[in-house]
Amino acid sequence: MSHAAAFPAPARATAAVAARATDLSKVYGQGETQVVALDQVSVEFGRARFTAIMGPSGSGKSTLMHCMAGLDSISSGSALIGDTELTGLNDKKLTQLRRDKIGFIFQAFNLLPTLTALENITLPMDIAGRKPDRDWLDRIVSTVGLSGRLKHRPAQLSGGQQQRVAVARALASQPEIIFADEPTGNLDSRSGAEVLGFLRESVRAMQQTVVMVTHDPVAAAYADRVIFLADGRIVEELYEPTADAVLDRMRLFDAKNRTS
Amino acid sequence: MFRTALRNVLAHKARLMMTALAVLLGVAFVSGTLVFSDTVGEAVKKASAKSFQDVAVSVQATSGDAPPIPEDGQNRTTLLTDRLADQVRSLPGVATVHANVQGRATVADKDNQPIGNDWQNVATNYQPGAGGKDSRYPVVQGHGPASAGEIALDEATAEKSGLKLGDTVRFATDGPALHKKLVGIVHSEDPQVTAGGSLALFDTATAQKLFVHPGQYDELVVAAKPGTDEKALTAAVEKLLPKDRATATSGAALAADQAKMVEQSNQAMSKTLLVFAGIALFVGIFIIANTFTMLISQRSREIALMRAIGASRRQVVRSVLAEAGLLGLVSSVVGFALGTGIAVTMRAVLNANGAGFPDGPLVISPNAVLSALGVGVLVTVLAAWLPSRKAAKIAPVEALNTVDAAPKLRGLVVRNTIGAVVTAAGVAIMLYVSTLKDAEDITPAMAGSALTLVGVIILAPLLSRPLVSLVGKVTTRVFGISGKLAKENALRNPRRTAATASALMIGLTLITGMTVAGVSGQRASDEMAAQGLTADYQVSTANFRGLDPELTKKAGQLPGVQAAVPLRSAAFETDGGSGYGSITGTDLANLDKVTALKFVSGSLDAVRDGGVAVSRSRAEKLHWKTGETHEVGFFTGTEKKEKARLKVAGVYEDNATVGDLFGSTALVDPHNKPVKDEKVLVKTANGPDAGLEKEIRKALGDSPLLKVQDKDALRKENAGSIDTVLNMVYGLLGMAVIIAVVGVVNTLAMSVFERTREIGMLRAIGLARGGIKQMVRLESVVISLFGAVLGIGVGVFLAWAGGKMAAGAMPTYEMILPWDRLGIFLAIALVVGVLAAAWPARRAARLNMLESIGAQ
Repeated sequence: MSHAAAFPAPARATAAVAARATDLSKVYGQGETQVVALDQVSVEFGRARFTAIMGPSGSGKSTLMHCMAGLDSISSGSALIGDTELTGLNDKKLTQLRRDKIGFIFQAFNLLPTLTALENITLPMDIAGRKPDRDWLDRIVSTVGLSGRLKHRPAQLSGGQQQRVAVARALASQPEIIFADEPTGNLDSRSGAEVLGFLRESVRAMQQTVVMVTHDPVAAAYADRVIFLADGRIVEELYEPTADAVLDRMRLFDAKNRTS
Repeated sequence: MFRTALRNVLAHKARLMMTALAVLLGVAFVSGTLVFSDTVGEAVKKASAKSFQDVAVSVQATSGDAPPIPEDGQNRTTLLTDRLADQVRSLPGVATVHANVQGRATVADKDNQPIGNDWQNVATNYQPGAGGKDSRYPVVQGHGPASAGEIALDEATAEKSGLKLGDTVRFATDGPALHKKLVGIVHSEDPQVTAGGSLALFDTATAQKLFVHPGQYDELVVAAKPGTDEKALTAAVEKLLPKDRATATSGAALAADQAKMVEQSNQAMSKTLLVFAGIALFVGIFIIANTFTMLISQRSREIALMRAIGASRRQVVRSVLAEAGLLGLVSSVVGFALGTGIAVTMRAVLNANGAGFPDGPLVISPNAVLSALGVGVLVTVLAAWLPSRKAAKIAPVEALNTVDAAPKLRGLVVRNTIGAVVTAAGVAIMLYVSTLKDAEDITPAMAGSALTLVGVIILAPLLSRPLVSLVGKVTTRVFGISGKLAKENALRNPRRTAATASALMIGLTLITGMTVAGVSGQRASDEMAAQGLTADYQVSTANFRGLDPELTKKAGQLPGVQAAVPLRSAAFETDGGSGYGSITGTDLANLDKVTALKFVSGSLDAVRDGGVAVSRSRAEKLHWKTGETHEVGFFTGTEKKEKARLKVAGVYEDNATVGDLFGSTALVDPHNKPVKDEKVLVKTANGPDAGLEKEIRKALGDSPLLKVQDKDALRKENAGSIDTVLNMVYGLLGMAVIIAVVGVVNTLAMSVFERTREIGMLRAIGLARGGIKQMVRLESVVISLFGAVLGIGVGVFLAWAGGKMAAGAMPTYEMILPWDRLGIFLAIALVVGVLAAAWPARRAARLNMLESIGAQ
């Protein structure tokens, strides 16, 4: 594996920015059917920060995340993970980048039903052919409270437990950045609060960088910063948000959208 | 509900494609067989009818009460004479009468090797008609034979021999080589000749001298004047014939007989082919059932919705069966078209290889159409029946579940129990079969094999766990996470994996079983050919008619030859007709020089005093003991048996050279008319050498039919003949294997479809496209290898148990595992796995990641 050479060890301690988008545009379709999903978005995601991306359906919040995470191609502009420029990377390099630098948490858990909880957690490292760091793994597993359930298969776990496995999977390989796409969307409020608590804890105690797409003001309130998107542009930012503050902003946009 | 079924078929075109292909191939096999046999049968019937067109009556000489071969050991005698021919000629309504002499003659090529097989090498008399020519054999070059020194050959034989007009033809009928001058090359439509035999023509007097006696014929062929009643003419001819020594048959009856024979051989061939087509269809059942099970589990929400809005269980079942019926019908129609194409191509290909099927129009009988389509639809509906029952069990409430529950795997307890019982029964029968010796009834072996195979198929899901885990350990070690995921995926649904692997297993079980039994049997018979032989040469004739004893005597007097021991034989019945046996008459003085005999009781000296010796196994069977005397009845060629008393002078260990029973030539000769040496065993003074071999040949007449073989040549004589049979079996079972491969493709494609989200996630968290491909490919390899291991295992077991039956008849039988071939089968399974995965793996690797992650 030559990824170590391709991606020099991140200067995590020095750089304050874990990921950055500059004039990032994403256009779907051509001619008359052309849809601009992202319109020259520039944004930085601070290291060891918990950022929430919000916005109504079709605002481009998921597209922004997909482009930043190397899941979707970029039409123009640039996207950086650490100091790696995503544009121009071929599929193989992008895959390696995702494997080594990015963690994912999905709305629908997306665990492999054939693997045990532990095997699911170490899956990214197994793919890379790396041995997981035992102590780190133990710490994560105990943090998310899965110690007694590592031998279980996903079907034997509750939704909240499954999503905790997914959180542990994202954390285990100590990625540069974790992208979470509506991580509480399929959970009841108590399980959702647990998962959000873990994400927040990973930022506080483990210096992890987390970017989360959500439409839930309560979830967004766990973040350090909320970015609001509408029509493919960043329209507002909010630091140290509370659920009420987020809700107020959202109402404001709704009203604006209606009048405009 | 029918509209739903139709919509479902259309909506799942791509997913049903592989299933359709499985049905299609099976139906193509069936319809190809039916159309081919109809077409060829019709053409052969027409051709044979044409060849009897000009025959109004055929008169054949028969032996009646007289022995078929006269006492003098010379040619047969018939009562069809020139006088009789003339009498027939003068009957009203008769146009012409051909008086034929029929014999066999084999021509030597430049290396003195026989051309064609003696049994289809025709020899007859050239009968010039009014214009000096025989209309049956149009002369292509030269002229018809007209004197004793002349011979004419058919075109193909002349070409094969490389002989030109004026050359001397070396040939043999029965005895030593004969020589005649090639004066003509003729064209022949004789079916035996077109099928690869040769034709030799002589003038009538020469043919009579060679095969019968001067003035005698074997057959009178009567052509009638137009408007003559065949039946009346036949009756009129019959009145002229000597009683019991000739029969008259009308041309129409001959044509009917011929047509019947063609029909029978045709039916035998198509029956064999249909067995293999049936196996292919049986394999197809697994694929169809698998597909419908998968479709129904994918569609369970949809079905639940149908139930929720008021569809009854029965309607759900009917809808699924209608879908299957529709699929079966469409596939069968296409399959039939393909099969017809195969039938046409097959005739062309076989004819190009010299099979000699006559031309004729393509015959598509309504029977063939109905059977092929019926079988296709029936098999598909039958295979979908169990899955349709499962569909009916889906509860309406499942429509309301928002989250896809992982399909619950039903317990395998009932299945495993049934499987264990069936397998145990099959294995028990096979173990019993393995204790049988000389079993003539193969029903228990067939039943045991079928039960074992079915039992293992039922048990396959249970067996899949340990076997797949084992293979998976290797793939995990070698390929890392892709290998591990492949193993887990193969283990995920044992029923599906088992059904897919079973399809492959069936073909491989049969292939392995036949290979092991065939190779072992071949080796045994090779060994037997030279077992107990201490002679340096065995001399025999290719037409099995034996050698003149006078020549054997001459060969024995050659310098360098220690002994030339003749082997003659006579057949008899024992216990008043309840048993049969054959006794070898030989030169007892020298017998121990050419074969190693081990006496259990009695001795060769005692046999020399006028007794007989019996092999141990035959003695046990007949309950004969040394010192006893038993009465037997020798066959004479007629109803009468010649009684004789045989004194048992010894019992010896089974010996393939002398057979079950032997005595002196003096004892056997009276019952062996004419006296011929079937084999001659030659012991040389200084071991075999090429010069001496030539001398022996010369002394024995140097006929092209003569075979002088040393021990090595004897062992190798039939070597490779099993390969022809096995290759044919491989070819016929190939279709079953191809359908099984289609099944593997199908399962993988379905699995990839079902696991779209997982694949998307794996791509997102960093598994490269190559890794995804590898994962699908390895799953395919794991399933294929599982099927192959099961198939080879069961095949070897069945061959072992069944082979024991052969051991009774062949003392040299011993099971041989042809490791090279078994290795190739395993390698083929590996390749099949990789190939079958090509398309699904490509699709999996190309899935759009974002769409996949969100897919339901």
